[in-house]
Amino acid sequence: MPGKTYVQTRINGEPVDFLAEPRQSLLECLRDVIGLTGSKEGCNDGNCGACTVEMDGRIVTSCLVLGVEAEGSDITTIEGIAEGSELHPVQQAFLENAALQCGICTPGFIVATKALLDHNPDPTEHEIRFWLANNLCRCTGYDKIVRAVQDAASRMQEASA
Amino acid sequence: MTTTTDYERNMILSSQEYNVVGTRPIRHDGADKVTGRALYGADFDTAGLLHGKVLRSPHAHANIVSIDTSAAEALPGVMAVVTFADFPQVSDGTVDFGEEITTVHDLQSNILARHKVLYKGHAVAAVAATNAHIAEEAVKLIDVEYETLPSVMTVQDAMVDGAPILHESMRTNELGATVDDKPSNVAQHFQHVKGDIDAGFGEADVIVEREFNTVTVHQGYIEPHAASAFWNTDGRLHIWCSTQGAFPARDATAEVLRLPVSQVRVTPMEIGGGFGGKIPVYLEPVAAMLSKKSGRAVKLVMSRADVFEASGPTCGSNMKVKIGAKHDGTITAMQSYLAFEAGAYAGSPVGAGAQCVFAAYDVENAVIDGYDVVVNKPKTAAYRAPGAPNAAFACEQAVDELAIKLGMDPIDLRLKNASVEGTRRPDGTVFPRIGCVEVLEAMKNHPHYSAPLGENQGRGVAIGYWFNVGFESAVNIAVNADGTITLVEGSTDIGGSRASIAMQAAEVLGIPAESVRPSVVDTDSVGFTAVTGGSRTTYATGWAAYDAAMDVKQKMIERAATIWDVDVDSIEMENGVLQSASDPELNMSFSDLAAQMGGTGGPIVGTASRNAGGMGVGGGSFAGNIVDVEVDPATGKTEVARFTVVQDAGKAIHPSYVEGQMQGGSVQGIGWALNEEYYMTDDGTMANSTLLDYRMPTSLDLPMIDTVIVEVPSDHPFGVRGVGEANIVPPTPAIANAIHSATNIRMERLPMSPVAIMEETWKQS
Ligand code: FES
Ligand code: FES
Repeated sequence: MPGKTYVQTRINGEPVDFLAEPRQSLLECLRDVIGLTGSKEGCNDGNCGACTVEMDGRIVTSCLVLGVEAEGSDITTIEGIAEGSELHPVQQAFLENAALQCGICTPGFIVATKALLDHNPDPTEHEIRFWLANNLCRCTGYDKIVRAVQDAASRMQEASA
Repeated sequence: MTTTTDYERNMILSSQEYNVVGTRPIRHDGADKVTGRALYGADFDTAGLLHGKVLRSPHAHANIVSIDTSAAEALPGVMAVVTFADFPQVSDGTVDFGEEITTVHDLQSNILARHKVLYKGHAVAAVAATNAHIAEEAVKLIDVEYETLPSVMTVQDAMVDGAPILHESMRTNELGATVDDKPSNVAQHFQHVKGDIDAGFGEADVIVEREFNTVTVHQGYIEPHAASAFWNTDGRLHIWCSTQGAFPARDATAEVLRLPVSQVRVTPMEIGGGFGGKIPVYLEPVAAMLSKKSGRAVKLVMSRADVFEASGPTCGSNMKVKIGAKHDGTITAMQSYLAFEAGAYAGSPVGAGAQCVFAAYDVENAVIDGYDVVVNKPKTAAYRAPGAPNAAFACEQAVDELAIKLGMDPIDLRLKNASVEGTRRPDGTVFPRIGCVEVLEAMKNHPHYSAPLGENQGRGVAIGYWFNVGFESAVNIAVNADGTITLVEGSTDIGGSRASIAMQAAEVLGIPAESVRPSVVDTDSVGFTAVTGGSRTTYATGWAAYDAAMDVKQKMIERAATIWDVDVDSIEMENGVLQSASDPELNMSFSDLAAQMGGTGGPIVGTASRNAGGMGVGGGSFAGNIVDVEVDPATGKTEVARFTVVQDAGKAIHPSYVEGQMQGGSVQGIGWALNEEYYMTDDGTMANSTLLDYRMPTSLDLPMIDTVIVEVPSDHPFGVRGVGEANIVPPTPAIANAIHSATNIRMERLPMSPVAIMEETWKQS
């Protein structure tokens, strides 16, 4: 059995350190070592987006990042999106627009959507569809997800105006 | 791609208004699901949990000569290894999952192969270890000796004389009897006959006849199957899994392990999609046996490749359709031949396909032949309206061709022959009130139907049918002193059914939807409830919630009578207010009474259970599509430019989630039409078992999906019709008809990928 590596990160604003086997993905470390099971595994090869987290300002599929690669990085997972006991506008918009059915894809979509709106506060429908094309949803047909993102964008613009 | 929005989108053609029913509250489980707190199958954890891995067959068809597990058992960290030999001999009975029935014997051999593997991916052995990576290493150390056999992948190949035989003991059930005592891959041939088919074709002025083929596709739920089990020292088995039905999962597991059902408790975790594919059990009994052998809790999770190769997809099929009509558009005869792949064990959805194929047409003369055929692929499972999309792909294209030959509008042709209340289908069922005509009329009146088309664009329409299944549901309600209620039910919630069930109770009691706390509980905590499937949950469990709320209402009236010392019959409860008819001063709200429960006779609880009937209760649901596509003449690539789905919901309890079902089913249909297929190599390997290569639609592939909810009430107290499934039936033929309209090419096979369209184009030129 290969030895474990000591990894220091910030996750959802707090310092988190953990021991990772070289073969463990960041997703596996988040879920099985740290206990943050909000990030989901749908494929384990980068094709579904259910494991999406933000890492140093970029969104990544955490199943394609090794746990040891996270050393020194700043990570936001679905568990860190709400602001205390207040839902983030993206989360609120997903709820009010019924943008989830089974909800397994929802953590990935919310993390990806927040990153989109941080980069581009007023995206077109095409820009939304393009940005979210790495996140698969099999339940909704995406219509209500796109509308929720549009709704979240206007809520956030109103709030900052 | 932009979507036209110069008209009212997401229309509801409403029948009746209510206070709560028909509104759009935030779902009760929403906060957990947008914050990552909701726990799904793979999120289960408990002290000492072991992780398992299943060894799967590399061959599509082979005898198992021997299995040597000793090296795996010796690996440090391995706590248990199981093979078929660890399982008990099972009965000859069947397991009824609701949407599918299978023999216990087949179910058990599918879970762990007995002597023979029948598809690549077939489970052969399993390991539990202290972590998943050790389990993975251990399964590689299991030495299985196979004697490979020739395999067979399509119904056409499986039905010829001399085809490789999957089950030596299988004899064809030919129209109800075994006539040939010879091994066969055809499990069953049945026939539905109505009228005189020869006379019908004799009357016809125009006849169309075509043959169609479809290939295996998968439900594609994003959450892989996951099950954990702990077999306690007292003999009780506890399972935590992602399932469409905790009770059917319990019963199936008990059968396979030969336990009384009371020894098994299933706690359903949140479920990340199912679409029919999470009705069967695959992992539960294996995790249980690993737990028994190791004395620890064991978790098994499928990889994505396992999901594709070893859970049930839906069938490929070979179909022939022949339709005759008079010049005025009266259809005089309809005939179909449906041969569906069952996968490795008998039980394709051909039965349902045969019931649905001509369901939209009131035809005098019809014959339908159905064949259930085994092939060396995973055992098929239900997939949203199982069997009906295949059948519709054939029938609805033939009807389109007929309309063209007759020079008739395709919706008018369907309206002229549409099924109505009293129509007897070829399978013998007589429809109660249904919304076939209303759906077609809504399509015809929709602005989409008359909108102009662009260059290389075409428009297609189609209609499809799926049943409403009844079955058993149980609901318990308890009133809380703060004027709210807790509602306990057994239907796992895949797409917002906690809300749609809670809203029905709220409507009865005159309280807001938010005043209901719905919980989906384990099999020890509520009465038997059948699967979340068959479009039954909002209908049947919703009906049980209605009944339980009526029970609460009656008890509140009785309690008020006691408190006021008046006659029970003199009290009415409307909109959450109790009122005495004899004394206008005597009234109180739901909350007022709730606050006094304790001292006036104790808690008020209501309970109800219901068997809402079998397949087809309430009449079922029709769905129709208007689709515009744009086909690139140089590459054959087809874009869906505009998509409208119309469906009869009876009464939409929560319209947003009804629209969601319609949109989601439509998009699965679009994927099925244009991209999705099991790409099988000659040796029976699925060459595209990843989500990169098994190409499901992404947000970028699609326009907005516009909906029209038609409300033709059923026999349910609010008129509900299940809406989960009919919406996947019309997309494949509607898109095929649109492609024909754009290119003049009739696509007789799925998927209608760029390659397939170019091949057909070159054939024509
Ligand atoms: S699990 Fe990481 S992309 Fe699917
Ligand atoms: S809501 Fe089920 S996969 Fe998106």
